[in-house]
Amino acid sequence: MPAGLVAARMLGDSPAMSLFLIVALPFLGAVLPGLMIQAGRRTCFLTTLLTTAAAAIGLASHAPAILRGETVMARLPWLPELGLDVNLFLDPLGFMFAGLILGIGLLIITYARYYLSRDDNMGEFYSYLLLFQGAMVGIVLSDNILMLLVFWELTSLSSFLLIGFWKHLPEGRQGARMALTVTGMGGLAMIGGMLILGQIAGSYDLSVILTKGEMIRQSPLYLPALILILLGCFTKSAQFPFHFWLPHAMAAPTPVSAYLHSATMVKAGLFLMARLWPVLAGTEAWTVIVSSAGLATMVIGALIAIFKNDLKALLAFSTVSQLGLITFLLGTGTPFGAMAAVFHILNHASFKAALFMTAGIVDHAVHSRDMTRLGGLRRLMPITFAIATLAGLSMAGIPLLNGFISKEMMLEEALHTTLFGTPLLVAVVAGIGALLSAAYSFRLIAHTFLGPERTDYPAHPHDPEPGLWLPPILLMIPVIVLGVAPFLAEPFVKLVTGAVIGPGAQLPKEHLALWHGLTPALGISAAAVLGGLLILSVQRPLARLWDAAPRPEAKAIFDALIGAIVAAARLLTSRLHDGAFTRYAAIMVAAVLAAGLHAWFTGSGWTPGREMLPVTPAALAAWAMLVVASASLVVIHRNRLAVLVLMGIIGLMVSVGFNYFSAPDLALTQISVEVVTIILLLLALNFLPNRSPAESGAARRLRDGLIALAGGGAAAALIYVILLSDFPAASISDYHLANSYKGGGGDNVVNVILVDFRGFDTFGEIIVLGIAALVIYALTETLLSGPVRARLLNRGYEEDRAGDAHPLMMVVLTRVMMPIILMVGVYIFMRGHNEPGGGFVAGLVVAIAVVMQYMASGFEWAAKRQRYPYHGIIGAGVLVAGLTGIGAWFVGAPFLTSAFGYVTLPPLEKFELATAMGFDLGVFLAVVGAVMLSLESFSRLGRRAGTEVNDHPMDIDPSRSARRTDPMGQLDAPAGPGHSADRAASNQAEES
Amino acid sequence: MELLIASAIGVLTAAGIYMILRLRTFPVIIGTSLLSYAVNVFLFASGRLAVNAPPVLREGVERYTDPLPQALVLTAIVISFGMTAVVVIIALGAWLSCDDDMVDTPRINAEARPPEPMPRGDA
Repeated sequence: MPAGLVAARMLGDSPAMSLFLIVALPFLGAVLPGLMIQAGRRTCFLTTLLTTAAAAIGLASHAPAILRGETVMARLPWLPELGLDVNLFLDPLGFMFAGLILGIGLLIITYARYYLSRDDNMGEFYSYLLLFQGAMVGIVLSDNILMLLVFWELTSLSSFLLIGFWKHLPEGRQGARMALTVTGMGGLAMIGGMLILGQIAGSYDLSVILTKGEMIRQSPLYLPALILILLGCFTKSAQFPFHFWLPHAMAAPTPVSAYLHSATMVKAGLFLMARLWPVLAGTEAWTVIVSSAGLATMVIGALIAIFKNDLKALLAFSTVSQLGLITFLLGTGTPFGAMAAVFHILNHASFKAALFMTAGIVDHAVHSRDMTRLGGLRRLMPITFAIATLAGLSMAGIPLLNGFISKEMMLEEALHTTLFGTPLLVAVVAGIGALLSAAYSFRLIAHTFLGPERTDYPAHPHDPEPGLWLPPILLMIPVIVLGVAPFLAEPFVKLVTGAVIGPGAQLPKEHLALWHGLTPALGISAAAVLGGLLILSVQRPLARLWDAAPRPEAKAIFDALIGAIVAAARLLTSRLHDGAFTRYAAIMVAAVLAAGLHAWFTGSGWTPGREMLPVTPAALAAWAMLVVASASLVVIHRNRLAVLVLMGIIGLMVSVGFNYFSAPDLALTQISVEVVTIILLLLALNFLPNRSPAESGAARRLRDGLIALAGGGAAAALIYVILLSDFPAASISDYHLANSYKGGGGDNVVNVILVDFRGFDTFGEIIVLGIAALVIYALTETLLSGPVRARLLNRGYEEDRAGDAHPLMMVVLTRVMMPIILMVGVYIFMRGHNEPGGGFVAGLVVAIAVVMQYMASGFEWAAKRQRYPYHGIIGAGVLVAGLTGIGAWFVGAPFLTSAFGYVTLPPLEKFELATAMGFDLGVFLAVVGAVMLSLESFSRLGRRAGTEVNDHPMDIDPSRSARRTDPMGQLDAPAGPGHSADRAASNQAEES
Repeated sequence: MELLIASAIGVLTAAGIYMILRLRTFPVIIGTSLLSYAVNVFLFASGRLAVNAPPVLREGVERYTDPLPQALVLTAIVISFGMTAVVVIIALGAWLSCDDDMVDTPRINAEARPPEPMPRGDA
C-alpha cells in the first residue's frame, strides 16, 4: 500500500493526528530519554520535549473539530468478547485535560532540565515522566472504561516511580509506598465500581454508558457502584479521609510535585467525577457524599496548611484544600457548579504549578524550604517574588487574578446549596474554607519573601537561570489574562461544561465576569480576605497552640494499620508456608481433596451406564505386578537402587497397559521415556546417597499414609465413575477420526492430531522441552563454574570400581546395534503418519541409540566423536517445525496448515509425502537434542580429577593386546611410546 | 477391567503422594514420577477403555478408540521427562553445593535464628 494512502486512511477527512498516536507517543518516547542520556543531558531533554511537543501538536490538530463541538472517535477492537476494546474519544472535557497534561508537561520538562542536578539520572527521570504522561493522556482519552482502568493503574505505578525517584531518601521511598498503597487500593475499589457500572449499562464504552444515566441511577446497584468509584476518585484526588498521602508524596523532586500533585494526577479523580457526572450526579447520595467530602477536605486541608513550615508541605495541603473545593463544586450536581469546577480546574492548574515551581526555585537557591529560616527574599529574588506573589494572591482569591473569579463562583454556588437540611451551613463552611485559603496564601508570600532580610540563609539567595523561572512566568499569563478578562475563557469553559453535564442538560446562563455587582458572595470574599490577613498577623502564637494541641497523625495511623495487616499476613503465611515443603505438599493434597469433595457433592451428571470390559488373566497379572511393585516401592523406598528397579517394573506395566487398551503410540513413547528416565535417575544416584535415612516417626508416617490413601482413594473413585459413565457431551474426537485422512493425509489419528490438528500445541511443547534441557545445561554450567567443581573433581569413590569400565562385550554390542537402532528410528519416523510411531518416539529411540555409546565407551570418548552440539539440534528442531508451519503462509493458509501428496519412485512402492513430516522432523530433532543435552549435562558433572580419558572405545581390546606383549594390568598406567602409536592408529580407524 | 484400572490409578496416586511427603529429595522426585504415571493413565482412561480398537484408520473398520486423550498424554509423557530432569538437576545442585538433600527449610522461624557471627575485621 503506498504510504500516502496509509496516511490518508489514518487521518480521515480532516488533517488531524490519530488519537491512538497521541496516546502512544509518550509511551513510545519513554524509551528515548533512557537511551539519549548517553548523548548528553541536552539531547535527552530535547528528545523528551519534542516527544511531548509532538503529542501536543497532535492534540492541537483536533482543536478545530473540538471547538466546532464535534467528538472525535477512534476504535480498535482488541478483546471484543470481554468488552475490552481500544476505543478512544476526544470531547471538550478530554481535550481540556489532555491540553493541561501536555501543555504543563512541556513547562515541567523544561523546568526539570534545570532543576535536576548532575547527580540525578535525568534519562530515568524523563522516562518515568513520559510514562506517566502517556498514562494520563490515556485516562482522559479512553472511551472504554476497562482501558481507562488500565491507564489509571499505570498512573499509580508511574507516580510511584517518580515519587521515589530519589531512592536514597527514606522519605521518598516511604512516600512512594504510601501513595501507591492508597491510590492502588482506591484503584482496586474503582475496578469493582466500573465493572458494576458496565454491567448495568450493558457496555464498557463511556459513549454508551453516558447515554444511560437514568437507567443507571434507577439500578439497585447504583449505590455500590457509586461508592466504589468514588473511593477510587477520592484516593486519587486526595480527598478527606484519604488526603494524607499527598503531603508525604512531596518527598518527590519538585517538578514531580508540580506536575503530578498539582496539575495532573490528583486531578484524575476530579476528571473521572466530571466524566461520569451525567450518569452518577444528581442523586441525593451523590450530593451528600461528594459535596460533604469536598467541603471537609477544603477546610481541613486549609487549616493544616496554615501551620506547615515547609513550603512544599504548605502547598501540598493547599492542593488538598483546593481539590476539595472542586470536589464540592462537582458534588453540588448543578450545571453552574460544574462550570465553576471546570474553570477552577484550569485556574488551579496554572497558579499551583507555578507556586510549586517557585518553591523549587527557593529551595534551589537558598537550600531550604523551611519558612522559619526564610523571609526577606523579595529584593534578593525579585523575579521569583513576583511570580510567587501573583500566583499566591490568585490562590487567595484577590480580584484581577483568575483565582478570584472561580472562588466567587464557588461561594455563589455554596450560597445556593443546602446540605443536611440546614440552609447557610454550606455557605458558612465554604466561607471558612475561603478564609483559611486566603490565610495560607498570604502566609506563603509573607513568610518567604516579606520581612527583614536575614543574614543566616543556608546559601546566598539569588534568582535562578531563565530555564527555571520562564516556565512559571508563562503560567502567569493565564493567571492575569483570565483574571482581568474572564470572558475570554467563557466559550471554552462553557463548551467543556457542556461535555461534563451531557448533551441533554441546560447550560448555565451565568457569565464569567469580574464584576457581578454587590453580591453576598463578594461580601464573603471580602470577609475571607480580611480574615486571612488577621490570621496571618497572629499565625505565630496560633502555631504554638496548634503544636501543643493533640491531633491524630495520619502517617502514624497509616503505619500502624499497615503494620497490623502485615503482621496478620505473616501469621497466616508462617502457619501455612513455613519453609517445610512436605507441609505444603500435604496442604496442597488436602486442599485438592476438599475442592474435589465439594465438587462431588454439589455436582451432577453422573449416569453410569457403560458395560464393563471382561477381565483377562494377562491383565490381572499385569495389574498385580503394578500394585505389588508400587506397594513394595513404598515399603523399601529407602533403598534407592531398588526403587529404580521397581520404577522400571511400574513403567513397563503402564506401557503394556497402554498397548492393551489400543494406544500403541503411547506404549512406544512410554517405554522409550522409561529407558531415558531410569538412565537419568541412575546418573543422579551417582552423586546422591544410595539410601534415604529413616527420619519420620510412626505418627508422621501414619499421617502421610492416611493423606496418601485418601488421595489415592479419591483418584480411584473419580476415574471409576468416569469410566462407567458415558461422555456428557459429544466429543470432538469424532471430527478428528473423520478428518484425519481427508484433511491430514494420515491414518494414524494420534500422530495427525499431534502434527496437524493440534500442531501449534505440539510446537509449544517441543519449545518447552528444549527450554527444560537448556535450563539443565545452564544449571550444570553454573555448578561447574562454582566451588562445586573442585569438590566434584576431588571426591573419591564410595564403592569399589569395576576394573573393566568399558567392557568389550558391551562396546561391541552397542556398536553393532547402533545402525540397527537408527534404522528402526528412521522406520518409526517414516511410518509415523500412518502407523504407530512418529517424531516423538523416533527421537527417543535415536537418543537411546546414542546414549548407549556413551555408556559403553565412556562420556569423554563419545563426546569427542559427537560433532553437532545438542543445543543446535534443539534449535534446529524448533526452527524446522516453525518454518514448516510458516510455509503454509506462502500459499495463503494459516500457520501449520498441512498439505500432502503421493509420490511414486520406480523401485519403491507408492508413498506419501506430507508437509506434516517436516513438522514431525522438527519434533524429532528437538526431542533428540533435549534428551541428549539433559543426559550429557548430568554426565559432565561426573568428571573427576585423575581419571584417564580413555582413548580406546574399550578397556580390554584383544586386537590391541595381541599386537603388544604388555600385560593387561598396565593398561591403566600412563601411556608409553607403544601406546601412543597404538592410539594414533586407533583414532584414525575411528575417525575414518 | 475398569475396576482394575481405577484401582491401579489409586495405588499409583497413593504411592506418589506418600513419596512426595518424604523428607529427602530423591523420594520426592520418585513421588512426582509416580504421580505422573497416575495422571497420564487417568487422562488416558478419561477417553474410556477399548480393546483392539487403536485409532489407526483401516479399511472396513468402524470402531476406534478416542484418539484425543492419547495425543494429549503422548506429549505429557515426554514433557514429564523434561520436568523430572529439571527437578533432578535442582536436587543435585542443592546436594553438591550444600550437602543437603532435605526438602524442608531447616529454620522454620527466621526471627528465632541467632545473629550471624560478625566477619573478622568488620567489628
